[in-house]
Amino acid sequence: MTLTDNLGRGDRSRQAFLSRSTLLTSLVLIVGMLAVLILNALPDSNALHVSGATVALLGKYFTYMLLALAVDLIWGYLGILSLGHGAFFALGGYAMGLYLNAQTSPLHGWQSIMTYFPVAALAILLAPGLLALVFGWLAFRSRVTGVYFSIITQALTFALMLAFNRNEMGMGGSTGLTRFYELLGFSLSSEGMTVALFTASGMAVLLAFWLCRAITVSRLGRVSMATRDAEARVRFIGYRVDHVKLALFVVSAMIAGVAGALYVPQVGIINPSTFAPLFSIEVVVWVALGGRATLYGALLGALAVNYLKTVLTGAMPDAWLFILGGLFVVVTMLLPQGIAGLISKWRGRQEASA
Amino acid sequence: MNVTLNDRLERLREFARPDQVFGFMVPAQSPVDVRHGPILYLEDVSVSFDGFRAINQLNLTIDDGELRCIIGPNGAGKTTMMDIITGKTRPDSGQVWFGSRHNLLTLDEPQIANLGIGRKFQKPTVFEALDVTENLELAMAGDRRVWKTLLASLDHEGRSRIDEVLETIGLTVARYRLAGVLSHGQKQWLEIGMLLMQRPRLLLVDEPVAGMTEPEMHRTAELLTRLAGQQSVVVVEHDMGFVRSIARQVTVLHQGSVLAEGTMDEVASDPRVIEVYLGGDEEAA
Repeated sequence: MTLTDNLGRGDRSRQAFLSRSTLLTSLVLIVGMLAVLILNALPDSNALHVSGATVALLGKYFTYMLLALAVDLIWGYLGILSLGHGAFFALGGYAMGLYLNAQTSPLHGWQSIMTYFPVAALAILLAPGLLALVFGWLAFRSRVTGVYFSIITQALTFALMLAFNRNEMGMGGSTGLTRFYELLGFSLSSEGMTVALFTASGMAVLLAFWLCRAITVSRLGRVSMATRDAEARVRFIGYRVDHVKLALFVVSAMIAGVAGALYVPQVGIINPSTFAPLFSIEVVVWVALGGRATLYGALLGALAVNYLKTVLTGAMPDAWLFILGGLFVVVTMLLPQGIAGLISKWRGRQEASA
Repeated sequence: MNVTLNDRLERLREFARPDQVFGFMVPAQSPVDVRHGPILYLEDVSVSFDGFRAINQLNLTIDDGELRCIIGPNGAGKTTMMDIITGKTRPDSGQVWFGSRHNLLTLDEPQIANLGIGRKFQKPTVFEALDVTENLELAMAGDRRVWKTLLASLDHEGRSRIDEVLETIGLTVARYRLAGVLSHGQKQWLEIGMLLMQRPRLLLVDEPVAGMTEPEMHRTAELLTRLAGQQSVVVVEHDMGFVRSIARQVTVLHQGSVLAEGTMDEVASDPRVIEVYLGGDEEAA
């Protein structure tokens, strides 16, 4: 094939579920997860031993990666920039928090239904899902798009932050929910639980990645990309743009909810600061840095930025926000496609020279 | 008392007739009925934006299978008229019917599109991040509900339909190109191809040859004339040479209403038309 033939040729792998990038990403996730589990099982004296604290940290990164995936699904592929996805994450987290509290002290009023795990599991999906359904239905039906949509998502998460700050909500006020001891009858402080939560989070990332991949390679995925680029055209060929947006928005909110639910037992607290607009904006920065509209880019971005954050907030706590801001500016200017764009450019060069 | 009971029984019998499905199960989007007249019918349509009357008591009928050209100076209301037909703009008053069964003023854009009205924009709008085949696939007639779209796959019939349309619009060699890298003319044809995939009964084409080279223009004229007969086609165009080459019936719009209607020669010799439009334009050209 000559170079001119290749020029502007679409990437056909977009239509196949099992593309090279899907396989590679799945492999890296699985191998990485197994490696951590094996290294953790080594005796403490071994130089390669990974401590329980590190496993817990990596488990937390996994939940962030899940959240980044949720944002990328609607921002990268549908063009909806949600600056309030932290709200769905926090709702999933609060649902889990209520359940964890119920293990040791009885809940009161309507909250007592959260004592049962199946109910809690349902609430983890339904609370963010229903909020997204109602909010999305109102917004998409009125054709609120672009920056206006982003602003009202900020308002949404801010309003929820204020509401959850109130003691009358019964959600622990500004302290939030804490004092978690047991999950499904096992102690949360045991190392076995840390490993189990890490594994569960890793599996959740893998499953969500496959789910998002399946959606984006389907015809619905192509309709959503078309909506991102030329919404009116999609409407004039007969698709209900508002329904497409609503469906993906709800799926995305549910993924964010699961992420929040896995985050809470690993961190040991959920409080209204998770609703803070700043957190939601940070999530968008992860995705932008990693590479919008590539699922592995979102995963990579969340991991890279959070690792940097862990390292740098320890080394120079005051500088972190400046570094994050600077990084965002540099990436936007020099790497509009993020890290994933850099990778595909490099791969394209390799192929051209081969 | 007796009568009402009988009525009820009758209604029940009517409801449970064995020879037909329940009324609520009949698809709402029944085919277009053109037995009793034109395929598109606009009566006394008016719309104003901030006091400006873009469309002023417009009356227009398009027959089934007709190729109609609509010309008029800038601001005559051509694009607004298309917006009204496709459901993007709601008129202040008047009636718009598709066949004799569908009142377009009660439907929104996707419903109107699914009834069989396809629209091509003035500026070519294709999905640039998708390739040519995918663009056609999305436009293909079919079930557009979210769940069905998620599970949809391209079957043999769909594939051959895409090949057929690719042949018609002459983009077979470019089938795997991203739509974003096509030339301006190719994008215009791709958009016409997307309309064909929709299998519309009525095609609304807004300035198809704007910015095209002479050979491209000839090809487009050929394409549109071939379409008429199978579908009804309404073309809005500025280029008089192009209109002359394809038109049988021409409607001249001026200040939001119809100024003249007839064959190109009749219209071109109408003194009112020459005054507002043709004269100046031909001199300029």
